[in-house]
Amino acid sequence: MRRTLISLVSGTIFGAGLAVSGMLDPVRVRGFLDLFGRWDPTLAFVMGGAMIPMAIAWLVTRGMTNPFADTQFHLPDTTRLTPSLIGGSALFGIGWGLAGLCPGPGIASLATRPVEAATFVVAMLAGFALVALIQRRSRSAMQGETV
Amino acid sequence: MPAFGMPDFAMPAFAMPGQGLIGGLMIGIAAAIMLLGNGRIAGVSGMAARAVGLSDGGAPRSIAWAFVIGLPIGAAIVVLATGPVVARYPMGLATVAVAGVVVGIGTRLGSGCTSGHGVCGMSRLSKRSIVATLCFIAAGIVTVAIVNMLGGGW
Repeated sequence: MRRTLISLVSGTIFGAGLAVSGMLDPVRVRGFLDLFGRWDPTLAFVMGGAMIPMAIAWLVTRGMTNPFADTQFHLPDTTRLTPSLIGGSALFGIGWGLAGLCPGPGIASLATRPVEAATFVVAMLAGFALVALIQRRSRSAMQGETV
Repeated sequence: MPAFGMPDFAMPAFAMPGQGLIGGLMIGIAAAIMLLGNGRIAGVSGMAARAVGLSDGGAPRSIAWAFVIGLPIGAAIVVLATGPVVARYPMGLATVAVAGVVVGIGTRLGSGCTSGHGVCGMSRLSKRSIVATLCFIAAGIVTVAIVNMLGGGW
């Protein structure tokens, strides 16, 4: 219950931050990527601003054995640069540039622009489902080979 | 301004550095609460996939749902407190839908998006996140430049 509440508070502040920073406006987000045109640096300030508390938080974790509401940290420990990481991120960037929307603003905009945001979120979930399907199939195929 | 010139790094009048910084600090505090409270990365794509059961492993689904539901709640609170926020969608729903599918596939294959890699991973100096962030920003810049060149810019 406490963990769920912490998560809700985190998500709510996150969504509020997106709204305050102008990141719910696809034209502004796309503007950051329009480096050779009408460049809008606002997103750089958002990312820079967000990294300040997070950098401090990472330093604080060094002195902690576990987070406040859990018995252990659950953090990614992979360090390998894989084709999936690079190709997937490039693909994400293409989609981001096409509509000026990434997952956070897309979901937060359900409150402000429900039709457009729902279109984006449903499409994004379809993309999630496609990847999950392929990954689960290849995993079960691999298990089939070893049995 | 020509579609292709030298990048102009002067601060344009339409930029919002102050609001961007304040909103960014809020986003960073939100991610810090998730990290220090629950010991998890506040990555939107990962949490969303986990919430709807399209990701094996990751946060318990209640944690994922609570984070995802919080996003529109937070946006709604800002709108209620300060009035409507600017949100321009000149690109049409078909583009939004295509972009959504591409973003969905890409963020899952790449294990993260602007929040997980860009904010959480970069501030951790994760090599994977730094590479991922450079990749999606570069791909986004190239995409926008190509769309502009083809006359589809907005």
